[in-house]
Amino acid sequence: MRIALFITCVNDLAFPATGIAVTRILRRLGHTVDFPADQTCCGQMHANTGYRAEAMPMVRNYVDVFDSYDAIVAPSGSCTAMIRDQYPRLHPPATSVAARTYELSELLVDVLGVTDVGAEFPETVTYHPTCHGLRMLRLGDRPLTLLRQVRGIKLVELADAEECCGFGGTFALKNPDVSTAMLTDKCARVRDTGARVLAAADNSCLAHIGGGLDRHRSGVRAVHYAEILAETGAAS
Amino acid sequence: MSHPVAPATGSGRIRTPLPFPTAAKPAVADTQLRANLHRATRTIRAKRARVVDEVPDWEALRDAGSAIKADVQRRLPELLEQFEASATAAGATVHWARDAAEACRIVVALTRAAGADEVVKVKSMATQEIELNEALEAAGIAAYETDLAELIVQLGDDTPSHILVPAIHYNRAQIREIFQRRMADAPADLSDEPAALAEAARAHLRRRFLSARVAVSGANFAVADTGTLVVVESEGNGRMCLTLPETLISVVGVEKLLPTFTDLEVFLQLLPRSSTGERMNPYTSMWTGVTPGDGPQDVHIVLVDNGRSAVLADPVGRPALSCIRCSACLNVCPVYERAGGHAYGSVYPGPIGAILSPQLTGVADNASLPYASTLCGACYDVCPVKINIPEILVHLRQQAPHPPAERAAMRVLAWVMRSPRRWAAALRLARTGAGPLGAYRERRTGARTLRRLPWPASAWTRSRDLPLPAPQTFREWWGKQ
Repeated sequence: MRIALFITCVNDLAFPATGIAVTRILRRLGHTVDFPADQTCCGQMHANTGYRAEAMPMVRNYVDVFDSYDAIVAPSGSCTAMIRDQYPRLHPPATSVAARTYELSELLVDVLGVTDVGAEFPETVTYHPTCHGLRMLRLGDRPLTLLRQVRGIKLVELADAEECCGFGGTFALKNPDVSTAMLTDKCARVRDTGARVLAAADNSCLAHIGGGLDRHRSGVRAVHYAEILAETGAAS
Repeated sequence: MSHPVAPATGSGRIRTPLPFPTAAKPAVADTQLRANLHRATRTIRAKRARVVDEVPDWEALRDAGSAIKADVQRRLPELLEQFEASATAAGATVHWARDAAEACRIVVALTRAAGADEVVKVKSMATQEIELNEALEAAGIAAYETDLAELIVQLGDDTPSHILVPAIHYNRAQIREIFQRRMADAPADLSDEPAALAEAARAHLRRRFLSARVAVSGANFAVADTGTLVVVESEGNGRMCLTLPETLISVVGVEKLLPTFTDLEVFLQLLPRSSTGERMNPYTSMWTGVTPGDGPQDVHIVLVDNGRSAVLADPVGRPALSCIRCSACLNVCPVYERAGGHAYGSVYPGPIGAILSPQLTGVADNASLPYASTLCGACYDVCPVKINIPEILVHLRQQAPHPPAERAAMRVLAWVMRSPRRWAAALRLARTGAGPLGAYRERRTGARTLRRLPWPASAWTRSRDLPLPAPQTFREWWGKQ
């Protein structure tokens, strides 16, 4: 199977560790992955902020770059939801490649049939299911199924986990007061868990929650769950 | 007169006087209000979730509700004519109103014709929308709200902040204070126990019910094949208004139509569970024109367009007309919970208001509302008639006027991102540019984050640190392997 990595623009620039983790996990499982260098951005920020025309060249570029692969994996519930939910409506020729685009946990659990990726991570971790992964992709407990198999991990439940953290793309900038109020509540729920690590499937939401946690010097680290699945306990 | 042919925009209390972010500011800062909203929405959404879980065919019911409403939207002109014919045959008089002002003029004229200088009102969103109370007052007619929460809001010289629970923003101590200040016949030793407050309101309203000659209501549903109107309520005050007065005037949005009487079966299951979290609502009143010797003998129905035809004309936005005003989307919305209903500046707050108000007025007149959402999707999940609110929000954002600086920035970014070559160069540039700063911050604070940035990025750094580009992008890592 030809698996392509869609690393997403935010990850490429600010969170390369997540893409590196995805690469390591898939290689450890014996798969060959490809990173087509012509990829840019899924166009979600433009489309969701009201700039559909500006997003369209990115949509077409995605189809051009990824259409020849059997599976495309993205470590982002939000970008995957953009591609799967919106692309077929915005650009009908994208329907087929959109259906072959998976969030990491979907690829691992549904396509590759793996729940134990051989990871070890001796930390207390709480998991926030981000909105697009939860309600658009219906990831369900796939990421948690993977995390439960990690050796040494202690998973603790997050109260009101399904409530939005207040990021919402440009919402955080257009409605800073409401966004901050939501963030404050989310950070309080995270701190209440006593976990040292907050995991999620979207680095954009994590940048927002993690940025709030850092501001309050909570000592909680926000990481993409792929980075936990990539840990093997051995010095790497 | 028939329904309007050329879609006109709506008027009344559906326009935001202030942009949503500005209007939300005081609400977010009001800790008492935040606590009231948090407690109330949390309680009601937990109750709703419980009673919805009991229904094994809930998803099928939602599909049925959605399909019936879509059918209504497909043949609304035909169904409205059928409704008019059925209601007229049953002895009601049907009036058509293009906008808020026309609807108010009709109600004022009918009240005057009945020789009344006061009306009792059943809780109704349509009359709030057209600002009927204000129009009646201007005409020298007193309008008395009889729904407990609407009464509280009216006595407090306030406006409702929730579709179902208009006084959700008050706690019981605040309600007691309003009653003592404004309700002349309130007991001197009134406590803030809910039962005592309700009893005071009951005694206060009883006199009004018995003296009123004209009642004004809305309708939850209007059935085309029988000409029946339906009001669903839980206090019984509506039943009093609908049966005691001589004249009944019902103000009904044209989208409230259902094709047949049997369609009610679906909606009388969906509505109470979605709205109040009850299996069945306590009072369901149905009336079909005039029944000689029983109830109001002069029955008028004012069918209001007020922008609805314009909504109908847009195939993507049209499902907003399926809304049955249950307010499940308000109760589950994290933005509503923090900002409160008044921030939406319309009688329709929350997620449904964020799509309905801009469509009724034209998006330019409510341009901040489509952005009053994180697109988290919780509203779509609970909507009993499956209105895809996030999809319509994004659709309306395409039509909203964009701030010039934002438009310029988005265009530049899109220009960079449409070209793999430019994007790769931009990544290199961003990483290099942030390199020394990132290294400096990492030495100082242990993290590659910024704590304070000038406007417009200050909107971000006011409450959270901003991550800086990594020392090596992913594609650089990949290239080095």
